[in-house]
Amino acid sequence: MRVCVVGCGAVGSLFAANLAQLDDVEVWAYDLYGAHVDAIQRDGLRLSGAGDVVGRVRATTAASELPRCDFGIVATKAMHTEAAVAATAEAFAEGAVASVQNGIGNEEAIATHVRRVIRGTTFPAGRLLEPGHVQWDVKGDTTLGPFEPQPAGADEIARLADACTRAGMPTQAVADARGPQWRKLIFNAATNPLGALTGLTHGRVCEREDLRALVTNLVNEGKAVAAAQAIRLDADPEELIDHAARKDVAYDHRASMLQDVEARRATEIDYLNGGIVRFGREHGVATPLNEAVWALVKGVEAAWTS
Amino acid sequence: MTGGDDGGGVAVVGGGVIGSIFAAHLARVTDVSVLCRREEHAAALERDGLRVTGKHDFAARLHAATSPAALAEPWLAIVATKATALAGAAASLRGHWPRSTVMTVQNGLGAEEVVRRHGAWALLSAVTFVSGTKHADTHVVYILDTETWIGPYESTPVEVAERAGGLFDRSGLKVEVMPDLRPAQWSKLIFNATVNGVAALTGLRHDFHFASEDEESDLGHLVHALIDEGKEIARAAGIELHDEPWEMNVLATRRGSAHYPSMLEDVDSRRPTEVELINGALVRKAREHGVEAPLHTALFRLVKAREASYT
Repeated sequence: MRVCVVGCGAVGSLFAANLAQLDDVEVWAYDLYGAHVDAIQRDGLRLSGAGDVVGRVRATTAASELPRCDFGIVATKAMHTEAAVAATAEAFAEGAVASVQNGIGNEEAIATHVRRVIRGTTFPAGRLLEPGHVQWDVKGDTTLGPFEPQPAGADEIARLADACTRAGMPTQAVADARGPQWRKLIFNAATNPLGALTGLTHGRVCEREDLRALVTNLVNEGKAVAAAQAIRLDADPEELIDHAARKDVAYDHRASMLQDVEARRATEIDYLNGGIVRFGREHGVATPLNEAVWALVKGVEAAWTS
Repeated sequence: MTGGDDGGGVAVVGGGVIGSIFAAHLARVTDVSVLCRREEHAAALERDGLRVTGKHDFAARLHAATSPAALAEPWLAIVATKATALAGAAASLRGHWPRSTVMTVQNGLGAEEVVRRHGAWALLSAVTFVSGTKHADTHVVYILDTETWIGPYESTPVEVAERAGGLFDRSGLKVEVMPDLRPAQWSKLIFNATVNGVAALTGLRHDFHFASEDEESDLGHLVHALIDEGKEIARAAGIELHDEPWEMNVLATRRGSAHYPSMLEDVDSRRPTEVELINGALVRKAREHGVEAPLHTALFRLVKAREASYT
């Protein structure tokens, strides 16, 4: 089986390096960060933390060097999906491509270039320490299922899930992958922007009673949009929020969007709260607070260039 | 006679930007003293006077002290501190200047009530759109030469407001006197809660983004929705607005140079903001009148949380 990870940042690297441990999987990685690609080519792709492995991965910045692949795993930031998949689509002419990205709308973007698409959600997290070396912060589950308008076959989804699981990334193939995706989306959209706007860690956002109430209001809008699409959440996002707020879990975690804002990097807000607003509009559900938060974070981004 | 025409000059309580701009201008037409918090500030003003540059360019002589006991009783005392320093300033006037009229110019709502708790002075309400920046204790740059609106509070006769207005007018400050200031106060409250809150959270100065409604995620939509929500609260409170806050917003963004809202300034320097008296006041009014205000409630909570992030 040949797999190409498209976007070999932290999450992409977790998949690439772990899958490369398997004898029956050949792993490629496509990324535009030249120093990272060079380091992977030279020394392999190294993970430390929750697991210590070095994977032999063939990395490239040139999409034309990619061979035909059975699977793609897209792990770019959401705003780069379109460009990354447009560049690599040729490699997936016969294959199926999965998104393991944040937010909503990635599968739609992939499907404009690739015929068979897998809807995915993943919870493991990490960060790039240096070129070729990723810190694996949190282990977690992944769910894969068909992207309904242009689905990959159940058998090939199962094959990819099996490979990931064998590689140490527990992955479930399911018939409807929207539930976990919306649970994570709602969690992220209700907490990430509040961290970014206030500068508070996840735990501090949650321990302020009035702010925790705002989180719930945002969650409820997201749940209403999910319900309007007949999506059954696999668990209540509120549980995930409270669990993460515990001192022994992620109390001190600075949301990735807060990290983005502090580093003045574009955020994924368009695919989180923006996604909830767009899907809400399509299904006749009002989402005024998600709209507000979306506009505020867009304002934060605009302030960097004003 | 209360607030009467028995001579006497003007005292300005608080030597910040607004206090300095008012004091310097008024000193051109009447005796002015400034009540400062810091000794060295008062000493510098006594010694060097106050210099204004920017929209106007002049120097003024005035008196200054750190205690009202050291200053002659004025006919008009203008409390020009920030809302966050208002209670302390009002307390310092307790027992002094019984025949004076006291005028508040703080942002938000409720400044008059805070002053009332400390004495039985005749009161005037005012809101001001003047802005500037201080270069030194004795030098203020006058940036926005916009209006100050003055009106009577409680039973103060409108003639007292007119007398204060006349003084402002002769001193070169733009002014409008209104028999009932609440419509204007509310216009500014809605404008301020919206613009200051959004600026503090985004880091944007009050620029074109606030009026832009082209893309679906453009900030103008949120600003518009916040203003509409504010207007609902005003309606429930029985207030007919003096100015349309959305038009105020659009107009202000077309002025050319983007205003640096004070709440953003405070957040940038990690100082406490006026959010309680501005956004908090609006949210409390909504509750009082049974109006849902989800957007202003969210904005208020977010700015409060932002303040909490300083530590």
